Amino acid sequence: MNTPTNDANAQGADRRGPKLSSLFRLQWEPAQDAHVLLYPEGMVKLNQSAAQILLRCDGTRDLPTLIAELEQTFNAKGLAPQVEAFVDHARSRGWLE
Amino acid sequence: MTDLSTPSQEQAQQASRNSVGPPLWLLAELTYRCPLHCAFCYNPVDYTGHRDELNTAQWIDVLQQARRLGAAQLGFSGGEPLMRDDLEELVAEAHRLGFYSNLITSGVGLTDARLGVLKANGLDHIQLSFQDSTQELNDFLSSTRTFDLKNRVARSIKAHGFPMVLNCVLHRYNLPHVDKIIDMALAMGAEYLELANTQYYGWAHANRAQLMPTAEQLREAEAVVERYRKEIGNRCKIFFVVPDYFETRPKRCMNGWGSVFLGVAPDGAALPCHAARSLPGLTFPNVKDTPLEHIWFDSDAFNRFRGFEWMKEPCRSCEEKTKDLGGCRCQAYLLTQDAANADPVCDKSAHHEQVVRVVREAANRSAAPAPNEQPVTFRNDANSRRLTAAARDAAATPHNEGTRS
Repeated sequence: MNTPTNDANAQGADRRGPKLSSLFRLQWEPAQDAHVLLYPEGMVKLNQSAAQILLRCDGTRDLPTLIAELEQTFNAKGLAPQVEAFVDHARSRGWLE
Repeated sequence: MTDLSTPSQEQAQQASRNSVGPPLWLLAELTYRCPLHCAFCYNPVDYTGHRDELNTAQWIDVLQQARRLGAAQLGFSGGEPLMRDDLEELVAEAHRLGFYSNLITSGVGLTDARLGVLKANGLDHIQLSFQDSTQELNDFLSSTRTFDLKNRVARSIKAHGFPMVLNCVLHRYNLPHVDKIIDMALAMGAEYLELANTQYYGWAHANRAQLMPTAEQLREAEAVVERYRKEIGNRCKIFFVVPDYFETRPKRCMNGWGSVFLGVAPDGAALPCHAARSLPGLTFPNVKDTPLEHIWFDSDAFNRFRGFEWMKEPCRSCEEKTKDLGGCRCQAYLLTQDAANADPVCDKSAHHEQVVRVVREAANRSAAPAPNEQPVTFRNDANSRRLTAAARDAAATPHNEGTRS
């Protein structure tokens, strides 16, 4: 169970929003026609959706803002479950701080 | 599962020619010179025969060509890449081109001043090698007194804000120290720890009897690694790969010959695998006179073991061939004298008994040998010349892998 202090921290982290870990670099690779994540001696090729989410994980948007922005940009609704699932996946892979 | 939850797996086709994708990983072996003399060095044993190094302009040209082809990961390796005083310049060019650059080093020569310039020039990551968690074994295996220096260098690397991979090659001498090695990596703040079980090519093949662990040592070390993984979570990612000899199916070597990896040796020879130089009957094209694009897509050396046409039985008709691609060509050659044979790690290979025998012999040796119990062939110029001459003599007369003592 969280203490009130932890809750406050969690809210603080939420306000900052998900942020790509400094161990990873996200860049466009023309030869692969895709964004990739680069890290020590490794590379992950991202599909378009994953890339569009990670491009916005710069710590300046909280998750609801990020989702709203994606829905607006791609003229879509109900993206929240997909985005949240991906962000969880990205966290478990250590891609996000 | 939604399409958002996993990275895309489909192959990039547009840069391909005849369904061959671009090289993604460029390993620039800047020099074979090295202040260390490790008994398991992966440089070719005849490295003394390849002294003529590419100059700065030639390396820069290689980086530019590789980046145009699509390479994104770049390793500066050797030998010891810090032996080159143009490393900083090459790092700056790599950064300008958009590579993710990795320095793979023993730490010898990595002063605070050089670290500062490398950071400023855009180096992304440093892999530092250790030989053990103890000074005694580290210094014995590298035939140098470098343990304290490596500890100092590790602190400097972190002080400059680099991500750090600690690399330790494992074998029968240090497998019992795996817990201490992990503790050391954690204390140093390494983000990754590569516990690289020795692969038996090059110098390690010459020292195979001395380095080969027992199956029990491996099992125990693997259990220790599992325990630590549970305890430390994402703090440090630990890689531990069981060595080939203890398996019954080979690994998909280099993710396939000429598939993603392009190595360039100090003298400019282009290699589909850094051990490929040991294979006879292949002429490796040189970047000094051949464009990388031609080397990658059109050369005989890079095409020789692509696809499945080159395979013999039991690989040719094997349903698992798409999974392991027949395993490692260098291992097939070292153990069967034919690089097109199945990797004898596979228990379908007629030569698998050789692998079994080596493992059995390792089990029969005492579990905790003293490092000096029998002579180790250290990587140095004199041994390189001696082994090169011995291989030349052996090639002149029929011989049998099994007779090596």
